[in-house]
Amino acid sequence: MNVLAAALRAAEEEEHHYFTDDKGIITHSWIWPETYELIYGGVASLIIFAALAKFALPVMKKSMAARTARIQGELDGAANAKQAATVEAERIRAAKGDIAGERSRLLGDAEDQARTMLTEGRARLTADIADLEAKAAADVAQLGGRANDELRAEIAQRASAAADTLVVDGLDAATHQDLIEAFIAKVGAGR
Amino acid sequence: MTTDRIDGYARALFEVARAEGSLDEVEDELFRFARSLEGSEGLRNALTDEMIPAAKRQAIVEDLLGGKATATSTQLISLVVGSGRGRDLPAIIDRLVARASSAKQLEVAEVRAAVALTADQQTRLAAALANATGKQVNLKVVVDPSIVGGIVATVGDTVIDGSVRTRLDQLKARL
Repeated sequence: MNVLAAALRAAEEEEHHYFTDDKGIITHSWIWPETYELIYGGVASLIIFAALAKFALPVMKKSMAARTARIQGELDGAANAKQAATVEAERIRAAKGDIAGERSRLLGDAEDQARTMLTEGRARLTADIADLEAKAAADVAQLGGRANDELRAEIAQRASAAADTLVVDGLDAATHQDLIEAFIAKVGAGR
Repeated sequence: MTTDRIDGYARALFEVARAEGSLDEVEDELFRFARSLEGSEGLRNALTDEMIPAAKRQAIVEDLLGGKATATSTQLISLVVGSGRGRDLPAIIDRLVARASSAKQLEVAEVRAAVALTADQQTRLAAALANATGKQVNLKVVVDPSIVGGIVATVGDTVIDGSVRTRLDQLKARL
């Protein structure tokens, strides 16, 4: 029923060019306020805008300027930081390049030293081996010579002892006399 | 001992032996005793030990030579040993022998043989040495078994070595 009543009232308002609000007050436009309300409202708005322009605007401008300055400062700081970062990045890149170069140089030096040590070590080892071989050969020769000398001395000693024994045992009285007679004959015929 | 003192003792012994009329025999006995003394360390020590009383040393000499040598030889050796000159006895005797040989216009020929020589061998050897050296020799024979066999004769500075020992040593050296 209420819906039907609202629809009937809307059809009547359309037909008579007036409008009622939800409290039932009649207006001349369904959207525009009354003229005096527009005037009062406009003046009040102007006053408010003027007050805002006089009092609030400088504050706002100051605040905006400070904010702008702060933001600019931040931007400048960021730019500086970026610049510094760029410089640092360049330095790091350069350092990295230096490190790479130093690394290459150190590796090259180490390789050279290792090659030199290897060459010298081989040469020294070869010389040592040659010395050891020569010493071993000399030792072997010396031992062989010593063994020969000892064997020769042993043979000579045994031969001497055997000769002593054989001669002494073989010297009987007749042999002694023969030796004496031979000596006398030899001396007598000496001059 | 100084040379003068050795000469003095040799001269005294020589005069005593000559005065006794037994120079040749005494000279020969003393020479043999000197060689024995050189070859025997025990005898040398006994006769030269100053800790042994002189009378005891002389008693040793008399025990050793008693009946084997003339009284003159024994007394002369006893005299030298008793006077504490036993260490120089070989030198004194050698000087005495040299003096005796010189008096006889002879050269001392020291002959070492492994066995004793007969009188005939000594005579022929003396003649052979005289022929070889051109000097008349006063032969002094020493029996020395260490030469093994043969003879070693020394006349002055000349040594004629016919010993088996030397030949064996030469053989050893060659070996």
